[in-house]
Amino acid sequence: MNGRQTSTLARRIYGPRAWATLGLFALVVFVVFPVCNLLAADTSPLHLSAYWVALAGKIMCYAIVALAMDLIWGYAGILSLGHGLFFALGGYAMGMYLMRQIGREGQYKSDLPDFMVFLDWKSLPWHWWNSDQFWWAAVLIVAVPGVLAFVFGFFAFRSRIRGVYFSIITQALTYAAMLLFFRNETGFGGNNGFTDFKRLLGFEITLPSTRMALFVITGATLIVSLLVARYIVTSKAGRVLQAIRDAEQRVMFCGYDTRHYKLFIWTFSAVLCGIAGALYVPQVGIINPGEMSPANSIEIAIWVAVGGRGTLAGAIVGAILVNGAKSFFTQAFPEYWLYVLGLIFILVTLYLPQGVVGLLRSLQARGAQTRGTPSGAMQAAGTQSGGTQSNSSKLSERQA
Amino acid sequence: MSVFKHCCLMLLMAVAASAWTGASVAADAPAPAAPAVAPAAAAIAHEQLIKLVSGDGDEKLAVINALVVSGDPLAGRLLKALAEGQLQAAGSRAVIVVDDKVVDAITAEALPALAADHEEPIINNRLRREIDGALATLDLVSPLRAARLKAARALAEGADEAMQPLVAKALATEQDPEVHGLLEEIAAGMALRSDDRTVRLAAIAKLGEAGGANAKKLLLPLTVKSPDGTWTETDDMLRAAAGRSLRLIDGRLAWGERMGLLFAGISLGSVLLIAALGLAITYGLMGVINMAHGELIMIGAYATYVMQSFFKVHLSSYFDWYPLLAVPFSFIVAAAVGMVLERLVIRFLYGRPLETLLATWGISLVLIQVVRTLFGAQNVTVENPAFMSGGVSLLTNLVLPWNRIVIIVFAFVVLGSVALVLTRTRMGLFVRAVTQNRSMASCVGVATARIDTWAFGLGCGIAGLAGCALSQIGNVGPELGQGYIVDSFMVVVLGGVGQLAGTVYAAMGLGFANKLLEAWSGAVLAKIAVLIFIIVFIQRRPQGMFALKGRALDA
Repeated sequence: MNGRQTSTLARRIYGPRAWATLGLFALVVFVVFPVCNLLAADTSPLHLSAYWVALAGKIMCYAIVALAMDLIWGYAGILSLGHGLFFALGGYAMGMYLMRQIGREGQYKSDLPDFMVFLDWKSLPWHWWNSDQFWWAAVLIVAVPGVLAFVFGFFAFRSRIRGVYFSIITQALTYAAMLLFFRNETGFGGNNGFTDFKRLLGFEITLPSTRMALFVITGATLIVSLLVARYIVTSKAGRVLQAIRDAEQRVMFCGYDTRHYKLFIWTFSAVLCGIAGALYVPQVGIINPGEMSPANSIEIAIWVAVGGRGTLAGAIVGAILVNGAKSFFTQAFPEYWLYVLGLIFILVTLYLPQGVVGLLRSLQARGAQTRGTPSGAMQAAGTQSGGTQSNSSKLSERQA
Repeated sequence: MSVFKHCCLMLLMAVAASAWTGASVAADAPAPAAPAVAPAAAAIAHEQLIKLVSGDGDEKLAVINALVVSGDPLAGRLLKALAEGQLQAAGSRAVIVVDDKVVDAITAEALPALAADHEEPIINNRLRREIDGALATLDLVSPLRAARLKAARALAEGADEAMQPLVAKALATEQDPEVHGLLEEIAAGMALRSDDRTVRLAAIAKLGEAGGANAKKLLLPLTVKSPDGTWTETDDMLRAAAGRSLRLIDGRLAWGERMGLLFAGISLGSVLLIAALGLAITYGLMGVINMAHGELIMIGAYATYVMQSFFKVHLSSYFDWYPLLAVPFSFIVAAAVGMVLERLVIRFLYGRPLETLLATWGISLVLIQVVRTLFGAQNVTVENPAFMSGGVSLLTNLVLPWNRIVIIVFAFVVLGSVALVLTRTRMGLFVRAVTQNRSMASCVGVATARIDTWAFGLGCGIAGLAGCALSQIGNVGPELGQGYIVDSFMVVVLGGVGQLAGTVYAAMGLGFANKLLEAWSGAVLAKIAVLIFIIVFIQRRPQGMFALKGRALDA
């Protein structure tokens, strides 16, 4: 692999302006946040409190989920209402490890997690095997959502379930899983789930440095996911996926087996969600079956819709906008948040089918046109999104 | 309540009091011969109450018994006041003190503040137990059927020999078949312990004829061996009779269980049916993924609540008739909300199912919050009209609640009406025409946009009717609809889109499957199993059980 090739790869993935934005983002995550949180004195105006670090870390986890959702919905046209499940499964896999890390410091001073003592269990159930090993937790974080998504997707795509049917049965799956996890007998803490974590890999989980490390890792994961997702959607497989989204029958008649493409992106998307969930749990300090409620999964879709389907940057922007608004409203005007969220759902689907990013781009393009430089408009669209602009307009045509 | 019944109840209370408190009143007191005596005993004197406050333990007990025997309506209040320490003695007068307000204990007239020499009662644990017992006894003769039933159930669990006269008296006056049955069983259980062989034989036969689970518990000891290998019941004939009776009871219980399961299945099926019926129109016929369907059910339930509250305040004497207005009211409110939504939002999204899904989800969030703002986040109670409480007792362990029966009938009436509207009316014809071939219908002059609005309104109105029905069997709260949305979609998807018959079969099938599995594995696992089954079923037959035959490539 020589330098020329990597630079072509880089160019294929993003134009120079996007790389610059990404660099700025990396600077904020890797330098500004750690310095302002850990080094700046509490009294200094530059100081960032733990609250903001936790909030930003949480939102970055959501951004990874939104990316995953955008891959499957924005690029393959499959609206999953099960991504909350994959997110929670990753979170539970991490949570099991974190529960074991508590050791004997729980309320009951037992080797078993507190809730098992409470249920009067004498030993760990089978699925907790090896849960005190971090490498095993890491395997589970990837494997559990991955295998579930693969098996479910294999059968669903084989029987050509698509559109709303797919959405509804993924919702039923999530709902069933939620009911299952609410039961104490399942061995995941029932209603209360997992909480009161003490350590991660031996580090105190409440220490500012540990929290900052988690934050930085989350930021890095987000950037890597974005680049990988970008690689996928600009690859040949990505083009096929977009073709499937726009006219699946035609792609099949062209000789492509669409099942493989859909299964690949579906499983990849689920794994990404699982990783996001695993990063989320140590930062918020709790995981319970409420994360699997159907409402959460639908909310993920609206992050993507707000930012703009079919644009990876849009997914991240949407996750930041909606969740930023959520934490603002739930603190300042808690009783109005549902109105706002509901209206976002309604107005975005009615008036903003391309999302915020799509809106900005068309404004940019229109501005360039009025200045009399149509090529500027082309460039503006081209550098940012490659081929997706034309595709998303095709999307709206198809749906109109 | 008739005077006669009232007197009888007082007598019953007198006997019950003596039995419960275990004091000697039953033995000492002359048998309460004539009902006319009872009111004479009703007067409560201040000296008695003073004894409650300052007397010694035995004196207090005697007064408590006397209070219960007196059957005076005041007794319950006085005993409660005593238990709270509010009953106090001020000189020769007994008073009740609540938050510095002093009233005469008997006449309830307001009195000036207490003098310094008043005396407060000392309540120890024994006394407290006696008071609780006495209060429970007062419940037994309550005019409320539920209270009597509860007391009879408590007796059935463990009846004391001393209560035999009480049970006999109660049997004579009890009108309610369920309580009466329980009392008979209790009486037979007591007779079982008698020394007279013929009485025991008769009791065994009686239990075998009519007894339920409790009777089984009573008879079982007669047919088992004690650890040293001898029969606990030495009389062979009695033992054989007990065995026969047990077999009879078992057979009856098994039937009761089977019938109960069948009924539970039909009942759940009808709930699913009525919840999904509106969706069968909006989704099944029109193809609109209406995630706010559950919230329209919720709105129907709240409309019923509003109508119920209105009747309670303004027309309380006609309260039992409120469903007559609540049913059309919930239909109209939900239909109106649905039609507004269709005009404002949904009509822009026809043909874009995924967007419809998201937008209607947003609508559902807004509706939930609107209801929270209007009615508060807490659940509200919708009272059943009198004719819907209670149930039909078919077998000893099979009681069919009236509200369930009414809902089953209601679901099928609504189903029939919907079928009639769709097949026999002009509007139904138009709805079917528009859903089958929109452009052709438009060509021949059907106002398709208006038909869409009406059809959507019809579907939503039926959701409102579902809410009206569900308000009679469960809690009504802003999140009511969320619990039904997944189920409703499962029913419609399983039944096959565009088919009312499919919806009926799917709802009934899921109802039965759920209840059968529930009996076998518990409610939550049953639900999970059913969901998994549907997911697998959809994999095999994506078009549901009853697919309309079509040749479209993209169904």
